Amino acid sequence: MSEKKRLDLEYSQLDSDRMRINVGPQHPSTHGVLRLEVEVDGEIVTEVVPHLGYLHRSFEKHCESMTYQQIIPYIDRMDYISAMNSEWPYVMALEKMLDIKVPEKVEYLRVIVAELNRIANHQIAVATFGLDAGAFTPFLFYFRDREFIIWILEKLSGARLLYNYFRVGGMAADIYNGFREDCLSVIEKVRKTNAEVMDLLIYNRIFIQRTANVGILTPDVAINYACSGPVLRGSGVAYDLRRNEPYSIYDRFDFDIPVGKGEVGVVGDCWNRNMVRMHEMEQSCRIIEQALEQMPMEGDVKANVPRRIKVPKSEVYMRAENPKGEVGFYVVGNGTDKPERLKARGASFVNLSVIPEISKGYMFADLILILGSIDIVLGEVDR
Amino acid sequence: MGLLNRLDDPYEGGGIVLGKVEELLNWGRSKSDWYLHFGLACCAIEFMAMNASHFDFMRFGTIPRTSPRQADFIMITGTVTFKMADRIKVLYEQMAEPKYVISVGSCSNSGGPYWEHGYHVLKGVDRIIPVDVYIPGCPPRPEAFEEGMMKLQEKINQQAIFNKRKRLGIE
Repeated sequence: MSEKKRLDLEYSQLDSDRMRINVGPQHPSTHGVLRLEVEVDGEIVTEVVPHLGYLHRSFEKHCESMTYQQIIPYIDRMDYISAMNSEWPYVMALEKMLDIKVPEKVEYLRVIVAELNRIANHQIAVATFGLDAGAFTPFLFYFRDREFIIWILEKLSGARLLYNYFRVGGMAADIYNGFREDCLSVIEKVRKTNAEVMDLLIYNRIFIQRTANVGILTPDVAINYACSGPVLRGSGVAYDLRRNEPYSIYDRFDFDIPVGKGEVGVVGDCWNRNMVRMHEMEQSCRIIEQALEQMPMEGDVKANVPRRIKVPKSEVYMRAENPKGEVGFYVVGNGTDKPERLKARGASFVNLSVIPEISKGYMFADLILILGSIDIVLGEVDR
Repeated sequence: MGLLNRLDDPYEGGGIVLGKVEELLNWGRSKSDWYLHFGLACCAIEFMAMNASHFDFMRFGTIPRTSPRQADFIMITGTVTFKMADRIKVLYEQMAEPKYVISVGSCSNSGGPYWEHGYHVLKGVDRIIPVDVYIPGCPPRPEAFEEGMMKLQEKINQQAIFNKRKRLGIE
């Protein structure tokens, strides 16, 4: 702090144009209640300091006074855009602790709902990224299609956004009649819109000029900051937990790990990060198609688990690949039905920490795009 | 819905509506509310869906404004933490009269799921600013947003503009 103050003094003595401005917490482009303290030299950004805590909802402390099943809805409210994906590692952690084997049908159902939610998350990510760049039409296209995905998840779980669908050793409810047809028709819609958006937004000349060569994140910086998800893969590192450390049944599917190739701009810039999301939607469609084919339609969706879960004195860390990156839960049990400690690793929080590194030297308007390309959710950053 | 329907009942050849000026003003005000675009948490995602193709919030005559000085009402969409509470109060104070508040979701209505153990969550936004319409749900469905907006329009339509103090019996 003291160093920063001295810097301010020097600038004022030099009578230079450097200025400190606030972006947020109320700002249409900060994707929530993030506050950025930005130092600008004219239009050039020289320093960015993110300030957090505007949505701190005391998740970890809260969990210590909840039973294990009661925690699941609060996990939904962490990363509220991809709630299904966030529930998964927590449920897996408990199943590992209690040594529960879940039925085959449940594993496939989990893959399908998680990948559907991944598509919905990337649709919002690309849509709001386009919105930051000034393109409103992809936003309308993607929200039109996202609604069909939400209808499927609503029919399954009963909720539109925060599902509370995963249970320890199973799912809350079975699939409904016509689930397979619904999924297939949604995949068709997603592919059609993606092709349209490719022309409309991604390969649009104006969009390329705004986003290519902006906010370049080199692979070594990305790895040093422990980035994950599309942010890491946009820098050309093919690291995906579904492939590198296959959990559940992901080793049974045939899918690619899309990475930024630099066909436009440089590897690791905003355009490539965004492109990874576009390709990942296609890969999710492929996984859903395969899962629907292999999924046994008969059978129960609940393993034999007691109503009141008591976890022995043990600790476990389970992680999974979320749309935004790697999400992990570190659960410490103490022999009762409440956890001793629960630590969550949020992908958005880690990815956000790279902002000061990659936004120096770019124009102020580019800072908004860089923030949009990282795709953060403040519920997960502040928890 | 009020004023223009009376044209169906023609008075001396038609094209004439008899009514109070107040009704006309309220009719105009309730059909062109601009709101402060301000997402806090999960409910903001449902609000984005509300703004998009399927539900089309703008048919209520609402336009998102990014400055509180141009806004007629503010939607508190999400959890209000202690750190955020000061800012929300400042935003509300910056809005020009007449101004309205819609509280969206359990969190801003009462603290919601964080009511019992959330040490950093304000237990209801009505503890810092006056709320006109509460929309329940966690998060509310887009249909609930529509209902809330209609309730706000109803409220504006019934409001007194002239001789307010006298009618309310303050003087």
